[in-house]
Amino acid sequence: MGILAQFVFCGYMLAVCGGAVRLSGVSVSSRTSVVSARGLTKTYPPGKAGSAFTAVDAIDFEVHSAEAFGFLGPNGAGKSSTMRMIGCVSPPTGGTLQILGMDAADSGKRIRARIGSVPQDDLLDPELTVGENLLIYGRYFGMSRIAIAERSAELLEFARLTDKADARVQALSGGMRRRLTIARSLMNTPDLLLLDEPTTGLDPQARHLLWERLFELKRQGVTLVLTTHYMDEAERLCDRLVVMDHGRVVATGSPRALIDTHVTREVLELLIEPGTGAAVAARAYGVADRIEVLADRLLCYTDDGERALARAHERGLGGLDALVRRATLEDVFLYLTGRSLIE
Amino acid sequence: MQLSADGVTQAWRYWLLRYRRTWRGTIVISVANPALFLAALGFGLGKLVDHEHSAYLHGSSYLAFLAPGLLAAAMMQTAYIESAGPVHVSARRAGVYRVATATPLSPLDALLGHLLFIGFRILTSATTFAIVAWAFGAVPASRVGPLVLAATLTGLAFATPVAAWAVTVERPALLNGGFRFVIMPLYMFSGTFFAVAQLPGWLQAVARCTPLYQGVQLCRSVSLGDADPLAVVGHSSYLAVLVVGGLAVGARTFQRVLTA
Amino acid sequence: MTTARYERARPVAVMIERNLRIYRHTWALLLAEILEPILYLGSIGLGVGVLVGHLPGLGAPSVGYPEFVAPALLATAAMNGALNETAFLMYNRLAVERIYQPILATPMSVGEVAVGEIAWAVLRSVMITVGFLGVIAVFGLVASPWVLLGVLGAAVIGFCFACVGLLVATWVRGFPDFQFVQLVMLPMFLFATTFYPLGVYPRPVQVAVECLPLYQAIQLLRGPALGQVDAALLLSAGYLLVLGGLALHWGLRRLRRILSV
Repeated sequence: MGILAQFVFCGYMLAVCGGAVRLSGVSVSSRTSVVSARGLTKTYPPGKAGSAFTAVDAIDFEVHSAEAFGFLGPNGAGKSSTMRMIGCVSPPTGGTLQILGMDAADSGKRIRARIGSVPQDDLLDPELTVGENLLIYGRYFGMSRIAIAERSAELLEFARLTDKADARVQALSGGMRRRLTIARSLMNTPDLLLLDEPTTGLDPQARHLLWERLFELKRQGVTLVLTTHYMDEAERLCDRLVVMDHGRVVATGSPRALIDTHVTREVLELLIEPGTGAAVAARAYGVADRIEVLADRLLCYTDDGERALARAHERGLGGLDALVRRATLEDVFLYLTGRSLIE
Repeated sequence: MQLSADGVTQAWRYWLLRYRRTWRGTIVISVANPALFLAALGFGLGKLVDHEHSAYLHGSSYLAFLAPGLLAAAMMQTAYIESAGPVHVSARRAGVYRVATATPLSPLDALLGHLLFIGFRILTSATTFAIVAWAFGAVPASRVGPLVLAATLTGLAFATPVAAWAVTVERPALLNGGFRFVIMPLYMFSGTFFAVAQLPGWLQAVARCTPLYQGVQLCRSVSLGDADPLAVVGHSSYLAVLVVGGLAVGARTFQRVLTA
Repeated sequence: MTTARYERARPVAVMIERNLRIYRHTWALLLAEILEPILYLGSIGLGVGVLVGHLPGLGAPSVGYPEFVAPALLATAAMNGALNETAFLMYNRLAVERIYQPILATPMSVGEVAVGEIAWAVLRSVMITVGFLGVIAVFGLVASPWVLLGVLGAAVIGFCFACVGLLVATWVRGFPDFQFVQLVMLPMFLFATTFYPLGVYPRPVQVAVECLPLYQAIQLLRGPALGQVDAALLLSAGYLLVLGGLALHWGLRRLRRILSV
């Protein structure tokens, strides 16, 4: 009786513990540097038309273990080039890059063995089924068939694709493809996961499901490095981030710290007739600490939005529409670079 | 089922416009292809064949025997390539038929307009081929005109049924399979390279029933100038029935697939 | 095999494994590639063979036309099998599907991916050869047991043209460019003594034809098939191996430049 009870209890514990899929290879407690870049530079040689192009211009950053670290910036800021260098698929042309304690310049193969990578446009193998995509990818890492079978079963569950294992990749929706790509990137139980614009092109529902999966990974201690040009994504997912523009880092910090440092607490948005920006801005002078003119609105930075709105009304402004909101990373970006993230 | 002259013209203009981007390449191919085949097989292999004076060739040179057969077979291939892939792609999601039939164009307009263009491609390829054959001395100048007509009819006899089928095809691999497993065997065994009379009895009977054999016979008798009027009428009617039958079936399949 | 050696061969084996998995969906293609030379053999070898009779001067007593044509068709099939696999499919994977990019995010390197694809293409050439040899044996067209040497020959031909295909894949700008590949391949197929002996040509043309890689490939298979095994075979094999090696060297350099910038 006692033995039987023990068995039952062990079985129960197995069911509970076994259910929690362990996805990372590092422990949560360590707080070491996972990626460390000093003066990192990427210059592309001159092509058929045009001269040499510096995509990443001597940037410094540090990613700690078990954190979510973001690169925020518009298209062409150098985010993807940086990611490709961290992924050891594109050799740096200058500076030093240490990943997982190894030098990217000469240990690419060993580093890649411990990294998971989610490319911008999935790039799944269209000639294989969902299950085969995971299987073959595991083989690229030299995993055994038994290990692959176990791992892909867990990951299909994690990606909520178990019932799609035999489907062709073309038959999947955009959100499913993205989740499969993430599952694929986790095959080797990576210590570091790179995500290049993970939610670009997804509908809101698929986006939320994906974020949920990423939170789950973070909770389990996987270090995430991601790029995005969605500030809400960056605010939600990233513990720390760098803002990039024209290949340079223009600011570093946590989302909250960046907002506190660079912009006021609130923003008053005043809708205007297109083309009247300069004239309206002149009339609004003094309403807030600082005013930015966009095509269809004025952004008035202030710590007290309601007071600013009242002042604007006194001057007969805000007739079209007006709203007071908290400052976001978008405002930080606008302040730092003078342009919007998505143009 | 509606049909309008305007619609057909619009559809055919579309294909012609597209062709303007690639026509240079196709001209090179449609001259180089017959020239290479006639040089290698007509002259090179012909040297060995003519040496033997086989009774199967009824006294003509291998070059003169081969050229019309090759022309008929080439028109079959052109017809297949022009109608299978493009029709299939156009009928799929975001294909040009889908766009076209969202306008006042009817499925029948789309079919006829496209076939008009395919016919144009067959006619021009047949003409270049026949001129190359004439330059090789394989066919006398006086018979180039009738030969082009015979070859165009052969091509159309494949174009309309293939278009009628291709619109219904879901997987492009089938089109590839059709080429490799149907068109290629026809190409090889319909009397293109050798006389069908050489085949064993039962295979001969099968070969004589194939549309390409009818086309090859028609082209060859016109080209060699030994045409028996009754046989010409027979071959031509066989091919014409295929053209019309393909059109009739195509009208239905286009309607069914494009309005589904 | 030592572990170190196994480690070096493993990435190549994985690329082959991937292709084998795809083949489970597309096996009909291999069938078609074996069928094509058989159709040519039936039509030109047997059909036109009746019109040609026996070929004089190719060994004693004399060689039947189908026996003459069969090895040439085999060489062409081995060539096409390998070249299509690398030139066309590699271009597709490189530029359209872009699946090499995620593969290179794993410990796999550009060289391993390329060598893996070439190894697969060679394997395909060998599979086509075995299938074709089986069929001509059934037809009773096997003149000599030396024909089995053709399997090795097909591997050499496969290697040469797979490497050339790799190089082509790095040059092609889009699918219409494959027309130009056809424009080279078709005349080579027609003129490289596939259908008639070299003696048909005047001497200067003979020299030009002898330089064609397909001519050397045909020589490599035709000799053993007709029971003539001599040192000239080594020359043909050497020519193909050197050509393949050069194409591989150049192709790899271009591939590295495309994939790891």
